Amino acid sequence: MHAETTSTERKAAALAAFKDLPREPGVPKPDPILVVDKVVRRFGGLTAVDVDHVEIQRGSITALIGPNGAGKTTFFNQLTGFDTADSGSWTFNGRPMNGVPAHKVARAGMVRTFQLTKALSRLTVMENMRLGAQQQKGENFFRALLPGSWRKQEAEITARAEDLLTRFKLIAKEDDFAGSLSGGQRKLLEMARALMVNPELVMLDEPMAGVNPALTQSLLGHVKDLREQGMTVLFVEHDMDMVRDISDWVIVMAQGNVIAEGPPSTIMSDERVIDAYLGAHHDAPLSESDLETQLHEAEAALEAEIEEETQK
Amino acid sequence: MDWITIISTTLKAAINVETVLYALAAIGINIHFGYTGLLNFGQAAFMGVAGYGLAVTVTVLGLPFWVGIFVGLAAAVLLALLMGIPTLQLRADYLAIVTIAAAEIIRLIFRSVAFKDVFGGSDGRRGFSEGFHALSPFPEGEYGFNLGPIPIFFPHWQLWVMVVGWALIALCCGIVYLLMKSPWGRVLKAIREDEDAVRSLGKSVFSYKMQSLVLGGVIGCLGGFIYGLAAGSVQPDVFGTETTFYLYTMVILGGAARVLGPVVGAMVFWVLLVLIYNTLAEAVGSGYITFLTVYQVGAVRWILVGLGLILLLIFRPQGIFGDKREIAIDAR
Amino acid sequence: MRRAVIAFTAFLGGLVFLLAGPANAGPVDCEQGLRGTLRLQGQPVNGVKIAVTTEGGQPVQEVTTNAQGAWDVEVEQPGKYKVTLDVGTLPQNAEIRGGNNTRTPTVYEGNCSAVLFALQPKGAPGQPQQQDTGGESSFWTRAAQLTFEGFNLGLIIALAALGLSLIYGTTGLTNFAHGELVTLGAILAYGFNVGLGLHLIPAAILAVLVAGALGYGQDRFFWGQLRRRGTGIIAMMIISIGVALFLRYVMLIFFGGENEAFAQYTAQPGVEVGPITAAPKNFVAMGIELAVLVIVGFALLRTRTGKAARAVADNPALAASSGINVDRVIRIIWTLGGAIAALAGVMLGLSQSLKYTMGQEILLLIFAGVTLGGLGTAFGALVGSLVVGLFIQVSTLWVPPELKSVGALVVLIIVLLVRPQGILGRRERIG
Repeated sequence: MHAETTSTERKAAALAAFKDLPREPGVPKPDPILVVDKVVRRFGGLTAVDVDHVEIQRGSITALIGPNGAGKTTFFNQLTGFDTADSGSWTFNGRPMNGVPAHKVARAGMVRTFQLTKALSRLTVMENMRLGAQQQKGENFFRALLPGSWRKQEAEITARAEDLLTRFKLIAKEDDFAGSLSGGQRKLLEMARALMVNPELVMLDEPMAGVNPALTQSLLGHVKDLREQGMTVLFVEHDMDMVRDISDWVIVMAQGNVIAEGPPSTIMSDERVIDAYLGAHHDAPLSESDLETQLHEAEAALEAEIEEETQK
Repeated sequence: MDWITIISTTLKAAINVETVLYALAAIGINIHFGYTGLLNFGQAAFMGVAGYGLAVTVTVLGLPFWVGIFVGLAAAVLLALLMGIPTLQLRADYLAIVTIAAAEIIRLIFRSVAFKDVFGGSDGRRGFSEGFHALSPFPEGEYGFNLGPIPIFFPHWQLWVMVVGWALIALCCGIVYLLMKSPWGRVLKAIREDEDAVRSLGKSVFSYKMQSLVLGGVIGCLGGFIYGLAAGSVQPDVFGTETTFYLYTMVILGGAARVLGPVVGAMVFWVLLVLIYNTLAEAVGSGYITFLTVYQVGAVRWILVGLGLILLLIFRPQGIFGDKREIAIDAR
Repeated sequence: MRRAVIAFTAFLGGLVFLLAGPANAGPVDCEQGLRGTLRLQGQPVNGVKIAVTTEGGQPVQEVTTNAQGAWDVEVEQPGKYKVTLDVGTLPQNAEIRGGNNTRTPTVYEGNCSAVLFALQPKGAPGQPQQQDTGGESSFWTRAAQLTFEGFNLGLIIALAALGLSLIYGTTGLTNFAHGELVTLGAILAYGFNVGLGLHLIPAAILAVLVAGALGYGQDRFFWGQLRRRGTGIIAMMIISIGVALFLRYVMLIFFGGENEAFAQYTAQPGVEVGPITAAPKNFVAMGIELAVLVIVGFALLRTRTGKAARAVADNPALAASSGINVDRVIRIIWTLGGAIAALAGVMLGLSQSLKYTMGQEILLLIFAGVTLGGLGTAFGALVGSLVVGLFIQVSTLWVPPELKSVGALVVLIIVLLVRPQGILGRRERIG
């Protein structure tokens, strides 16, 4: 029962924070955990990312959506240190993060997952989990040679990992190789492993891509749960149902720019978003239901593409 | 056909100095390739700088043996750092090419006329192992036993090299065992699987790769010492790329990412090689085989090494003792 | 005794036996005296007069080198002798490195001393020029000559690198056996040329065709099958090492460990073109190399298959889904790659001697070319190879020729430090 109350409280708090915000791209948030300014990334002649200003509200679930090639993943890569931005700056908890290497970004409390899951196939599920823990004594070369110096900490880490695995219903697979898990289970494992880092901000790159529909609900629940535990979530997703279901706020990217922001209930009727998804040249005004069908078609096409990508 | 000699040399090959030195270098490769997934194709260079570090210190500078060992170790660490800084951020296939290039650079410098005063050109250096053999507890003579009709004897100097070598192998295997059971080893194995995932979990991939490169290089350098001490000399062309390729064959043969894999691999490799070579050479010598010359027999065994490497990777990539599910190489 | 011999070869000898490569056997039996072998760019030089006198100038014997370029003189007394090579009997295009045509070796009791006269083509790099060209051979003349030679080497590397790069681009395979494909071309041509007595030109054409067919077969029956099994690229890379060892030593068995030369075009006198001196065969070879590179480049840009090949290299899955028959494209690439690697081998055999390790020795330079240009980009491989070839030759203006490859490899490492994707490569996307 207690969980229920906190749940509503957290969600209500997040929604309250967004309540009176204008629906403009780059709108300032009351308590931002991540503030991004003028990030630009070019590949050759192509500008993949050109984000002028964007803020992510602490304690909320923010969705980052946009048509294919909008630069969402590239933007993620800039923020998490996996790629170097050509220019721009961003702060996490007020701390400047541009130029910080990926592992230090993670240590600072900003942990990401990947679009194509990166389960460490030939490590067991438990080893995958333990790897996420920070400040391990046994990860020092010389201490590693003295098992006595790290055994106690290892036991604590294992206990924490078992808790998380139980929550993510992977405890039965504890000793299996991660490579033997299904696509959805790998997504779960990757999320659980990210939590071992004890992050403040969890960045999920298409958490639903390639996941069996039976697991979708459970995954959604886990994402919501992150907020309930006081974490901030930023996720990239194509599945509009999921976006509507779990996000408190939506940021839309197209051609590298942030073109719109708003609550999930109304964002899809925003003119700029429709233009971005359907191309600006649709002639006759479409009815709401026509729009819906077209959107669904576009989504289906996107999903098919992602499916193909993940199955490679 | 002199079967007694063939069997005797074959049995001796299982524990002889070649096996020792290749096993040590292969343990290093196993740390790089088997556990960390680093394609270091320049392991021969680590053996080379160690052997030459020792040889040059003793013969050219006239310093004692122990200083030579220290110089060799330092040279291996330095080489690992020099090789690692530019290459460890590169993709796996670039790393392979750059490490080969670095090893070739070192070999060419060792054999060059320009540095003949230091490294002795293509003749290499000799006369640096007295300090080591002076420590030997074995009085002059032959040591061993008769296994039925088969004599297994080693001269005292060789036995001393073997004893030290096998002690080093035991030590290295012990260290590898402890490390790979530890969180440190876990990070290494995770890097092998996917280094971006490891980065996203807050580990400095570069630092761990470098530690792996240094550790494997230093163990490989022990192999270089054993080579120099057993042969009594160092020659540049022994440290060519093919040596590294044979090391990979051994690691895969014994099973990559297994503590004892490289040791077993080196033993099996040399036993088979010596058995095949001796049997063929004897058969040619006594006229049983007429389509080959003794000279060609040498080539035949390397053909078999190549064939063996191909077949192993296709049909049993996990090696003799490996577990199919956790093979270090993604072969399927 | 036999036991000892077996034990020795099997163990310590075994290490050195093939790692160091078989040494050239002494040319002639010689109990006590002097002997030597004259070679120009790896090919024997015969008919050269060599006079041996005692230290005091007493003539001992005068000999001429035989078809293997070898000569020997038996002497009765150990001691110091003076050996003089008659420069007038050298081929027109040859000269002694360093210019000095006398040696004063010492013969020890019961020993045969080797006397070394290193020959080089006239106007060759590395050493100060002697005699007639001596005064005029300015820095720039040498630089021009070396640039020419660098282009020649670069074009040969480019031929081999193009195949390697295309195969890498389309299949992801870093093929360590590519050097052996180069050797194979040279040895096949040698077989048709010297073994069957064909003229070198038809022999070379035949060799290139056979090598192309073998390239096709290699993909059809080996690499293609492995791809179908889903073999990982690292595993394939190591398998290619096995293939390299296998092919190399099979060729050793058939070809032997000696240096050989084609029956035609071996010792051509040089011609002077501006500041450059070179044998006519070099100009023709460069012409052929350039023509082949241009044709292949054109084919990649303009033909359907060429475009398909580039599409496959770019993104195999996308290419397959847009209706390109990926397997067919890869098979064509392998056929072409095998053929042009063989051509590179023949061309290499024209400018140096034929050996079973010739491809292995050039493999690293091919890799350097491909990597410098950016792995998997065909035109990058061309640019990279030319840079490598030029750099190697021109660097001998400052570094000893024996270390010339070192310079190229150092540059490779430095370029990768600054620009890991190579000169013309692209960066990859993560995630």
